[in-house]
Amino acid sequence: MTKRLEVRNVSVTVDGTRLLEDVTFDLGVGERLVIIGPNGAGKTVLLKSLLDLMPHAGDIVWAPDARIGYVPQKIDADRHLPITYKDLFVSKCRVAGEPIARIGDVIRDVGISRKILDTPVGHLSGGQFQLGLMAFALIGRPNVLILDEPTASVDEPGEEHIYSLIERLQHEYDLSIIAVTHDMSFVYREATRVLCLNRRAVCVGTPEAITPDVLAELYGESQSFYRHHHHEHNAPEDGRV
Amino acid sequence: MTTTETMSLSLALLTALAAGLIGAFALMKRMSLAGDVISHIALPGLGLALIFDINPIIGAAVALFFGTFLIWQLEKGGKITTDVAVGVMFTAALAVGTLVTPSEDLIEALFGGFQELTTLWFVIGVACVIVIVAFIWYFRHQLIIGLFSPELAATSGINVSRINLYYLMMFSLTVLLGLRFLGALLVGALIIIPAAIGRQLTHTLTAFLAVSSAASVVSVLIGFAINRLYPSLTVGSVKLNLALGPAIISVAAIIFLFSLIRKKI
Repeated sequence: MTKRLEVRNVSVTVDGTRLLEDVTFDLGVGERLVIIGPNGAGKTVLLKSLLDLMPHAGDIVWAPDARIGYVPQKIDADRHLPITYKDLFVSKCRVAGEPIARIGDVIRDVGISRKILDTPVGHLSGGQFQLGLMAFALIGRPNVLILDEPTASVDEPGEEHIYSLIERLQHEYDLSIIAVTHDMSFVYREATRVLCLNRRAVCVGTPEAITPDVLAELYGESQSFYRHHHHEHNAPEDGRV
Repeated sequence: MTTTETMSLSLALLTALAAGLIGAFALMKRMSLAGDVISHIALPGLGLALIFDINPIIGAAVALFFGTFLIWQLEKGGKITTDVAVGVMFTAALAVGTLVTPSEDLIEALFGGFQELTTLWFVIGVACVIVIVAFIWYFRHQLIIGLFSPELAATSGINVSRINLYYLMMFSLTVLLGLRFLGALLVGALIIIPAAIGRQLTHTLTAFLAVSSAASVVSVLIGFAINRLYPSLTVGSVKLNLALGPAIISVAAIIFLFSLIRKKI
């Protein structure tokens, strides 16, 4: 399989604290890699290293044709910022060299109303804000989408909407996906590969590689969890770890 | 009005326009205090230039260059937090600046006032305003994404650190232009107060930038008129000195108060 990304022995140390240690994995074209792990496991640190937002040791090599869209977990934007997603999308089109007409495509693809487009970002609900971030990432025609807990600030019906949206976008845009999540149902439903992270890679492989032993190592012995069958499509909250 | 006065007022109004635009972004970037540091750092430069009989604007420019670099480094993340550094620099620059500025020039250095403006300095000033406005126009998209999220800006291919440096340089240039008639203590206010007015009265980015610039220009115009019509005013036994810089900033502050009331209606 053609590779979009090769990660070799990546470590991150901040102020003498080792946040990531010797992480190695690949991402093939069209693959959906889901990263799971407890809080503080270095999941966001890994994503930021992939995006070159954090200094790191080791090699992170993107394919020359990789175009990355990033959907962060949260944004510390000023609530009173007089900026709308329309402003941001126009700016992104200009920076990415895309025609303004592209905005019409992405808001249709993501399902954003004109009203949301014209509302200052600080006044949007968590779900609306998240959809805006997804649309922002899609301007520039990415072939890789990096998502950091895309449902963290979304209510439960919204979660399902976001997950089915990611599924749909993956097919429509022919995306490779790297997603951090706490939601095990998403792992079993969507992932082609899984990276279990707890500062180092506890397991890398198919979702079947997540054995009870692996989960115990990731989250501690006391943690109970509920495993879905591979083909089940249950409500996402059932599978939370 | 003499030609010099016309040139002085024209340059002041153009500077106000630039200050309104730069200030709107300063407010959105939450760097109002950093702006005060930059303007106050001009004071030691002004003072030293006066001592060594150099053009004070050149002294201020050199000092502002260091101030800009300092704030840029702080923004990139230093060992001390920005608010502590800003708090120290702000007052230290004022103290050192006051010590080194000859006393006969101190009031003007702190509070401004129109000095003679040669045609050459007028042309340089207008060119500086054009550079500032062109910068905002040309880099507006990068600036907008950057103030929403520096991370998203970086992943969109924007060199955030470089844009921040450019922005701070334009900020310093605006301070330098304003120093001549507002002084080191008040020039920061022409950048921040009109932007605060714009924020109170508007909900969209375009309107915010327009109102911020307009409020700045109107403040300078009214302040100038007050200064020309009533250089001093006697109320009872108290004689008020309606100097130019304080008049302009007082007008801006009054408009800001009205904008608060307007917002509540």
